Amino acid sequence: MKISCEEASDICNKSQYKEASIWQIVKLQFHFVYCKVCKKYSRKNSQLTSLCKKADLHTMPSNEKEALKRSLEEKFQ
Amino acid sequence: MGLLKGQMPTHELHPETWVDQYADYLYNYAVVRVSDAEIAKDLVQETFFAGLNSAKNYKGDAAERTWLIAILKRKVIDHYRKINSKKGKAEVRMNYSTQTDAEGDWLEEQVADPFDKGGDETIENEELGIAIQDCISKLPKKQGLVFKMKTIQGMSTEDICNELGINPSNLWVMIHRARTGLMGCLNQNWF
Repeated sequence: MKISCEEASDICNKSQYKEASIWQIVKLQFHFVYCKVCKKYSRKNSQLTSLCKKADLHTMPSNEKEALKRSLEEKFQ
Repeated sequence: MGLLKGQMPTHELHPETWVDQYADYLYNYAVVRVSDAEIAKDLVQETFFAGLNSAKNYKGDAAERTWLIAILKRKVIDHYRKINSKKGKAEVRMNYSTQTDAEGDWLEEQVADPFDKGGDETIENEELGIAIQDCISKLPKKQGLVFKMKTIQGMSTEDICNELGINPSNLWVMIHRARTGLMGCLNQNWF
């Protein structure tokens, strides 16, 4: 039942992307009972997730980037 | 880093790094405003081309990115001018307004204002977006890339591993470092 802080942070990160199992989350919650450092880290980590959602970020698709790079290089030379 | 930049009086342009450094940042700026991925992509491309063409006018008093975003802002405005003038032409054949009490109102008044998207909250989210992009750009390149693929593009762990040739535990280590870095970077203003 007891897990290390390393394992706790790993589960915490995975749970930000809904990739942690229920059993892992139970272990993580139990870890928080005696580890305030991880509890605090986890709270900030969840905050980061909601900040990223709130900011509604977009990235340019990587194939578009490659195409753009090539056409810039052509112009550059 | 901002402090360091502030102390340096001049900047140089490095167009060969533009796509890697600024494409996402500019694209994000554009896509929020034009709500169309294809148009946003074109605007970013036009911005880079315009940047290259006017590189000799770059005096180096603004950071490269600030200078590029200023060009992009103009491109976005031009884009709306273009589509609004098309709209105007199409509407010439219609009545000014269907509401009788609004008789004589100009068409311009009826065109949706692209920048009026709900005031403070939009501005705050925009600042937040800029802050996050800034912090991501300060991460080591691969960490930033993995974080963006996972968090912004929502790719599966498996797909990212295949594309980058890494294993899942590598991926989670990078995600962990990236997230810890971002928390530190965003800390003062956003938590």
